[in-house]
Formats: sequence, structure tokens, C-alpha cells
Amino acid sequence: MTAEPVGPSSHFLSMSAAFSWIRPEPHGIHIVPANCWIDPSRAVDTALVTHGHADHARGGHGTTIATPETLAIMKLRYNTAEGAQPVHYGEVTKLPGGVQASYIPAGHVLGSAQILLEHAGERVIITGDYKRRPDPTCPPFEVTPCDIFITEATFGLPLFTHPPIEEEMAKLLARLNANPEACVLVGAYALGKAQRVIAELRRAGHTDPIYLHGAMEKMCRLYEEFGVDLGELRLVADHTKEEMRGSIIISPPSTLNDRWSRRLPDPITAMASGWMRVRQRARQRNVELPLIISDHADWNELTRTIEEVNPQESWITHGREEALLRWCQLHQRRARALSMVGYEDDEDD
Amino acid sequence: MQQFAALLDALVYTSSRNAKLALIADYLRQTPDPDRGWALAALTDGLDFKAVKASTIRNLMKERVDPVLWSLNRDFVGDTAETASLLWPNPVGETLPPPSVSETVDMLQAMNRTSVVTELPRLLDRLDVSGRYALIKLATGAMRIGISARLGKVAFAQSFGVSVDDVEEYWHGIAPPYSELFDWAAHGKAPPDTENMPLFRPFMLAHPLEDGTVDLADYVAEWKWDGIRVQLVHAGGETRLYSRSGDDITATFPEMAEALTIPAVLDGELLVQGQHQGGEAGGAASFNALQQRLGRKTVSKKMLSELPAFVRLYDALSLEGEDLRSLPWEQRRQRLESFLPRLPAPRFDLSQIVEARDFAHLAQIREGTRADAIEGLMLKRRDSPYVAGRKTGLWYKWKRDPLLIDCVLMYAQRGSGKRSSFYSDYTFGCWDGDPDQGAELLPVGKAYSGFTDEELKFLDKHVRQHTINRFGPVRETDKSLTFEVAFDSVHLSKRHKSGLAMRFPRIHRIRKNKPVHEADRIDTLRAMVRD
Repeated sequence: MTAEPVGPSSHFLSMSAAFSWIRPEPHGIHIVPANCWIDPSRAVDTALVTHGHADHARGGHGTTIATPETLAIMKLRYNTAEGAQPVHYGEVTKLPGGVQASYIPAGHVLGSAQILLEHAGERVIITGDYKRRPDPTCPPFEVTPCDIFITEATFGLPLFTHPPIEEEMAKLLARLNANPEACVLVGAYALGKAQRVIAELRRAGHTDPIYLHGAMEKMCRLYEEFGVDLGELRLVADHTKEEMRGSIIISPPSTLNDRWSRRLPDPITAMASGWMRVRQRARQRNVELPLIISDHADWNELTRTIEEVNPQESWITHGREEALLRWCQLHQRRARALSMVGYEDDEDD
Repeated sequence: MQQFAALLDALVYTSSRNAKLALIADYLRQTPDPDRGWALAALTDGLDFKAVKASTIRNLMKERVDPVLWSLNRDFVGDTAETASLLWPNPVGETLPPPSVSETVDMLQAMNRTSVVTELPRLLDRLDVSGRYALIKLATGAMRIGISARLGKVAFAQSFGVSVDDVEEYWHGIAPPYSELFDWAAHGKAPPDTENMPLFRPFMLAHPLEDGTVDLADYVAEWKWDGIRVQLVHAGGETRLYSRSGDDITATFPEMAEALTIPAVLDGELLVQGQHQGGEAGGAASFNALQQRLGRKTVSKKMLSELPAFVRLYDALSLEGEDLRSLPWEQRRQRLESFLPRLPAPRFDLSQIVEARDFAHLAQIREGTRADAIEGLMLKRRDSPYVAGRKTGLWYKWKRDPLLIDCVLMYAQRGSGKRSSFYSDYTFGCWDGDPDQGAELLPVGKAYSGFTDEELKFLDKHVRQHTINRFGPVRETDKSLTFEVAFDSVHLSKRHKSGLAMRFPRIHRIRKNKPVHEADRIDTLRAMVRD
């Protein structure tokens, strides 16, 4: 792990001393007095998990404290039900060593939470992944004051500005309408992105059945169980090419260029991801219709959030830490970059 | 400009060649003159605006965006035009409507190094992200969007139902926006007059032979010399020397321009006189010697006397005004042989035919070519006409097998274009002695190719996880990965710390299980030098 302080170093030292109870380690964030870990990338006794994506939620922990939605997702994806300890948004959980934890909506995916830790009068927030745009599938991010703000930085470069999702939906529907004999195959991450795209299509007035790759089905059903209305969904496997003409098909990004898509009627390849902002990223995946849709905060949201939360210090992790660190420097805000392993660049997000 | 920008976007997001052709052809049919001519020139890299360089864009951006943030963004995207188009601040207040392509070209042509600083931003302010991307691409003259000049010409031919061979023939005599070309193809006027002009004619090219064989009754074998392929043209009292891409390099080799005074179009290999390549007619030096003469705008007398150039002739496209291209190779060869005595001897010789009993014998001869520092063999159908481009079955190149050496990955940098944001440019090194006795790794070369997409992902991940230091965009790795590097030859060089320079190094295979201390030493590489 490397941690580089920025700004007046004396300040940084005093700050770090005061917050010695929270330690970023290569494999997760350690809450020392409670001996608990946030989003650990290996099995621990007690894990606090922000949300269900694989780089944050792993199986094998003794106790897993997370929202009921996240626990349901983990049970579905990783078959880990043992030691599940649900905690609702806003509820306070007492951890050993005089630490309190509360889960606050992060607006990333169903069940996603920021975790607020309080100890000896000091407040630390770990955002996990978050976004600030409205999402029909989960409650919005709540700005909460704290001393140390540990923020993600997946799209932490000024070039990443996500357009309004309505524009991207209009692009998708226009392409579909212009090609009634074909279909549009949308690559979307199976947890969160897929359901959000479906829900946004419904909001845009698209009531036709939407076809799913088999790997999407269970997660969509789970969303429906938690009250998210996705309209009529069908499985590609149950239908003929002819039936799927003029339809939207949602599948995991990894299936976009493989044999599976041969059963589809002249698919136009689309991909819903924040990376689609960069042309070459779209080209690398042979994407014909890039849709800039992300469940992460874009650059303006990352910086606006730091301003609104107004912490004494920001710790920046998984993503493009350098640019956000530079921004903090330019705006006289104390910040440091954490390099933790196991939090991959989320290629599909 | 919006239609041109939409065309570029559509081309970027289209991988099928036919779909790309259809997109360009549609655009050319629907767009008025002279916009479409300028657009075609932009697509085929035919535009050059003196006042606008990549550095101009960088400087404009650094006035508007924090320089550190600019570099981080540029490094991630791998393309200056795209980065600038994304980061250009939206203008405040009313702006003029987007300019047309010709309006844009007129304004760019009128700019100079001073005015560009105020004029180019005004143009950028009138466009959206896609428009800015198109403008910067057009203005800096390097599209790099996977459209070759050939593709542009084929699309042009397709959109107006004319022959692409005719388009190739007229193309090089006409400047953008190609009004005469559109008059002929789109408006049914007489074709452009290209007689008596020293024009470049597209080269005939070869496919790699791969693992196939040919019958020597139908094919003739020739050496593939290790220089640069050139076309020497004399017409209308002028002589021009063209490189393989059609660039005019006459000024770099004035002795060749003086050497041809009879109307002709000749195809051959440009070499420097020396001892290494082929014994006949004095022989040629290694590529290293030629390299010292490439890329110079003016040539000193010393250069001319120490490194004199000559052309080893392969073929004749026309002689004394007679077009020979439709004749079979054997007849063209005869004509070339009888023409040779009329050319000044030190400046020309003939590429000799390689005689072999059969294909197996030829393979044996090819094996023995390394010492002669030639690239391999060419196999040409005896009855092949001279046709532009690569036509299957007519000509093959049969390169000798590459040299191989095990190296250690030392530094990596992000690539551009298709490999944007991947760590795909690798600097590798060899040991300067016994690694168990404290020897160190010394960089010996750089490679950007040779790996599969899967290997690229592996290498990219390796670099990210094994970084021990960063120097701007360059990452230093922990030197824990060995790979086998393939290369064509290695030469002494004062420019590199190791004193060696490889030609065409590429990643041949990743040797995950080979410990780095078993990688090769510099001495091994040095022993392969044939200078």
C-alpha cells in the first residue's frame, strides 16, 4: 500500500494520528478497535460490505453485515448466506471497541450503501461505489457530513462526464426504430446496470417485451422481489429469431462478441458503460452503439460531492486516484491516495 | 462539418470493411462540392495545415485545463484529438453556427502560427464534442481511425460507379479537393490529363507465403532486399523518387534523380553501396547504412560520397512512354534487362533471379540467406501483370525466420489507437553479465506488437500489478516477466545505451515460467550483429 499525503504535512500527521483506529490495508479497510473490515478482498471474521459487486462482496466471512438487499444479492451470486447480519439504511449497528456503523444510501445499485463509522467523536465515511444521478432501482445518495471521506474514483478523470440518461435512451430507441428487422443487443453489467437500463426504457415509454440472456434472469427477478417494476421480460432461449426482430436484448458484456449472439436477428451491438465516453474503448469491444450510462459518479459529481460533504480529509481509492488527488491539491483540500489491491478497473461498469 | 463528424463517428464504430465503404460512398454522393473533396482528402491523409500541429492543440489545452490533469487525461485516452474534444470547455454565450467543411478548410489554410492561437479556439467553440474531434483530426492531418487511403479510393469508385484502377491512376496528379476527379466521376466530364507528369503509380504488393508452397514452373524466385521499396519516375522532363506509400523522397536522394533521364517508371529497392547484400554489381550495405540517409531534407557532399545510393531494379511499369503493366512478368523482365545498359551503372543494377531445382532446394537456399542480411525471397508468377495492391496468387513474400532472444520486461507505457489505455508499449532488457554475479538489466529495445488480444490483457494486468515506479506516463515494473522477442536483425548503434539497435522487434511469446535470471545476455545479442 502507498499513501501519499498532500498539503501541509504537519496537518496530515496530526490527522493521521487522530484517526489511527481506521487503517487502509492492501486487502481492505481495517477498523482496528472492532477488528472488522470494510469490503475485504479476502475472508475475515467480520466484514462490512457496501454492495454486491464482486470486487467488494466476497464469500467466506464469519459474519457479513450489509443491507438486506445486498445480502440477498450475495446469497444469489456467491451462495453465501452464513453469518448474514442485515442492517437497514439509517439503523445504527454497534461494533466491538466502541465503534458504531450506519448504512446510508449510495445510489449505486440495489442495496448499495455508504458506511458511516463513528468512534471517539470522529466520523469516517466509506462511499463504496456511488452515483448522484436518479436511479429508479435504488434510493439516491445522501450527502452526510464526516471528518474523513473515503471516496471511490472509478471515473476520476475530467473527461468523464456522463450525459443525461434520457439522451442515451433516446439514442437507443432511435436506433431500434430505424432497424425494425434487426435487434439491438445491449451489453450491460448483470447486477445493477441491466435493471437500471430496463427500468429507464420503461420510463421512456418502451413497453415492448425485453429479452434477456439467461445469466440476467435471476438478478432481474430478485430486483422485482424488492419491488422494482421491470415490465415484461422474456428469455432469449425461449424465443425464435423472428420473434425477436425489432426488440431490445440485454446480455452481460462478455457475451457481446461470442457465439451466443448468433441466435439473434442481425444484432446491432450496443454497450451501456461509462467507459463508452472514449471512442477507442468502444472500438476495442466492437461496439457499434456506445451508450454512456454509468452507475458511478462522473468527474463533476466526484468533485461536487467532496465539496458538499466537505470533509477535513479525503482518501481516494480504486480508480484514477491521481487526477482527483490533483484536483484536491488545486482546491486546497487535504487528500491522499490509497492503492488497494483486488479492486480492478471495473471494465464492464 | 456535422455530417463529416457524424461520418467519422460512424466509421469509428463500424468494423466491417463493406459497411465502412458504404458509409463513405453515401457521404460522397450526398455531400456538395467542394466539401466532399476536402472530406475525402482528410480521410486519405491528404491534408496538411502548416499552422496546426499536435503541439498547437496541446498548448491550447494547457491554457484551459490544468497541465497535470491534461496529461493524465491524454495518457488515458491515447489520442490528443479525442482528449481535447472531450475536455474543451463549452463556450459561454452565443456562438456562430457550425462551419461547413470548406469554410473550415479555408479558415485553417489562412491561419499562421500566431493567428492559430485565437482563430482555432473560435472554430472549436462552434462545434460539439464530435465536431471538435472531427475538426482536430482534419486540422492536424492524422486521422488514425483505421481508414486507409486505398479504402477511400475504393469508396470513391463505388459511389460513382467508376473503376478503382482509374481512380488510382489519376489520384496522384490531382490536389485536394480533387475537383477534376469529381467532375469526371460524378459529373461525366473528361478524365484528368495525367500524361507527361512524373506521377506515382500504386505498387504491386505481395502476400506472405505462410506455410504454402508454389510450383517453380509457374513462379520465379528473387531476393527480397533489405532496403526501402521505391518507384523512380521520369516524365515531362522531370524525375521523381517515391517511397512505398507514395511520398516524394526525391530531395533526400538527389543522385537518383539525376540518374534517370529517359521516360520510364521503374520499381526497385533503394540501397546504399557496400559489401553486405548480394555480391553482384558491387553489392549493398546493411539497412543500418541506408537508415543514416533516410528522412533528411538536404544531403551533404560527404553523405553522398560515403553512403552513395543506388536502385536494385525489380520491374518496369513503363519504358519510353510505353505502358508495360498489362504484359506478363517474363516479358517485362526481358524489356527491363535490355533497357538496363542505357542506365548509369553505379546507380542501377538488376535484382538477380534465384535459381533452384525445386521448392525444397529453394527452401534450402533461403535458410542460408541470413549472413547476407537480406530479408528473404519474393515469389512472382511468371505470367503476372503489374497490378496495384495485393492480388491473391500473383506475388508472395517469403521472409526468412526471425531471430529470437529472451528479454525481461522493464518499462511500459500506454498505447494509442486500438490499444488506447492498455499498457502496450514495452521496453525490455538483457543482462549485462551474469545475473547471479550482480549483473544488471540494460534496455535493448521496445516492442508494440506481436501479442494477441488475450496476451495484451495479460501484459496490461501484469504491468498494473507489478509497477514499482512511475515517471510521467512510463511505469517501471519489478522486472519479473520474461518474454521472447522476435526481430529481423540487430545493428550497432550509438543512440542506445546497450550500443545495439534491433529491427522490427515484436513480442513473440510470453514465457511465464521462465525465471528472469535465465533471460539472455547482451553478449548473445551482440553476437548476432552482422554489420
